[in-house]
Amino acid sequence: MVSGDSIGNRTFNFLNILLLVSVSLLCLLPLVHILAVSFSKSSAAAAGVVKLWPVNFTINSYQFILKKPEFLSSMNITLIRVIVGTTLSMLLTVLSAYPLSKDRRALKFRTGYAWFFVFTMLFGGGLIPWYMTIKYLGLLDSIWGLILPSALPVYNIILLLNFFRSLPVELEESALMDGAGYWKVLWKIFVPLSMPALATVGLFTIVGHWNSWFDGLILMNSPSNYPLASYLQTVIRGVDLTKLTGQDILTLASVNDRTAKAAQIFVGTIPILLVYPFLQKYFVKGIVLGSVKG
Amino acid sequence: MNRKTIRQLPLHFMLLPGIVFALVFSYVPMVGIVIAFQKFIPVNGLFGSEWIGWDNFTYAFQLPDFRKVLGNTVYIALMKIVAGLVVPVVISLMLNEIRFQAVKRGIQTLIYLPHFLSWVILGGILTDILSYEGIVNQLLGSLGADPISFLSRNNWFPYVLVVSDVWKEFGFSTIVYLAAITSINPSVYEAAVIDGASRIRQMWHVTLPGMRPVIVLLMTLSLGNVLNAGFDQVFNLYNPAVYESGDILDTFVFRMGMLDFQYGLATAIGMFKSVVSLIFISVSYWAAYRLVNYRIF
Repeated sequence: MVSGDSIGNRTFNFLNILLLVSVSLLCLLPLVHILAVSFSKSSAAAAGVVKLWPVNFTINSYQFILKKPEFLSSMNITLIRVIVGTTLSMLLTVLSAYPLSKDRRALKFRTGYAWFFVFTMLFGGGLIPWYMTIKYLGLLDSIWGLILPSALPVYNIILLLNFFRSLPVELEESALMDGAGYWKVLWKIFVPLSMPALATVGLFTIVGHWNSWFDGLILMNSPSNYPLASYLQTVIRGVDLTKLTGQDILTLASVNDRTAKAAQIFVGTIPILLVYPFLQKYFVKGIVLGSVKG
Repeated sequence: MNRKTIRQLPLHFMLLPGIVFALVFSYVPMVGIVIAFQKFIPVNGLFGSEWIGWDNFTYAFQLPDFRKVLGNTVYIALMKIVAGLVVPVVISLMLNEIRFQAVKRGIQTLIYLPHFLSWVILGGILTDILSYEGIVNQLLGSLGADPISFLSRNNWFPYVLVVSDVWKEFGFSTIVYLAAITSINPSVYEAAVIDGASRIRQMWHVTLPGMRPVIVLLMTLSLGNVLNAGFDQVFNLYNPAVYESGDILDTFVFRMGMLDFQYGLATAIGMFKSVVSLIFISVSYWAAYRLVNYRIF
């Protein structure tokens, strides 16, 4: 590698870092601005004097949204879907990835099974048939409608099966030789050894459930069944007023103000920011293992 | 059954729950494509409505809106594909030149972040900062420029989509490129230095060629996205004023099906998208397999 002595090299280093720091600030500053708006007095926000620091600091917006029953109930629905949905998805991921990580000799029809799963990523029925299927199953307006349709994460299965394959085969061979069955090998050897990969996949699933808004929007007819992301979507976008009752319109009129929106945007990002440090610890490795394998 | 088959039974059992979920939530909707060939009435079930052959398709293809939407979709998607390849490659090259690991890690932490925020949140942020009185227009104003309504002008909207999409994803996309760079043999750099290559020349003649297999792979695979202009993003940013330039197949299908209840028509357009995408994806995977020996599993 090059030593950084010459003037040309130093200029290069300086300009390079300066550019990259500016680029990374571009990723952060919009969030900081929204945070500043959310803590500002609404008159200051409306006047457009808020930049990156709150003007006339107040927590009114947060008090306002935390008192709203819709906000709290949708948060509750989101928590249920995150907990139940992630548990179910992880179970399905582990159970599917392990057999698929075997080769054709160890599992008959392995290639057929693999294509069966992968094909669901390449082709789909589209929005309307998907919606109708869920409707006929009676899952509209049910919490299960937010959990079951997205429970099988094929992308994560592929990620995990590639990780399983990177584990030494001798471990499994000797365990099988000693009389352990496949179930035992999976739970006692593969799962404990795959914690980093499972953490990656688990955190992806949690973030996915937290962010998922479209399913709630179309599968839940009653806004009282909305998860937080769908509720935020309607608030931030401002809803089609013809579909709402008089009471809704009154509530909306008071919400439709910049600081309250900013506060809700920020509340929507807090959990992501909280898991982000853990996420970052794992996802780089997980992604690389899953996508570019030797 | 022989002993080997019996020994394998637990593995087949483990796959059972996954298979059930895939059947119910992926394969049943694929069967549901039959709606495209019907005058579909939901209460009659998937097979109970009147069959009308290809009528929904012929009707869709002669709609002027459909052609407009198809054009928008391809235009936006292609720009995203190109920008989404070039920007991460350049940023990866630059990141690789940083010698202070702490600075590098700090930058990475910040640029990966937007990937994990949903388009609901980012849509809300963009709507705020790009509004007529928003902070971006204030900045433009202080430079003496007139304010621009980015989100309601057809000559701006598609580019706002492309730039904001790159902004959300470029950081995350660098992960794969940086991984490729770490696998370059350091002795190649040493040889280049001995030959008197400058930093820029090393980037151009060593690092970039080292990334080539991954670049080729991602370029090929991105072909499958020609009809994916990004539903979540468009849906959270567009409004009737920019349907002209920003309405895409997915949002069109959504409005036709979920708001206007034209189920047959919406399914037909959705099926058109799925089938064309499948063809593109198959070709791209085949090409990736031939070019860099890529396999999905």
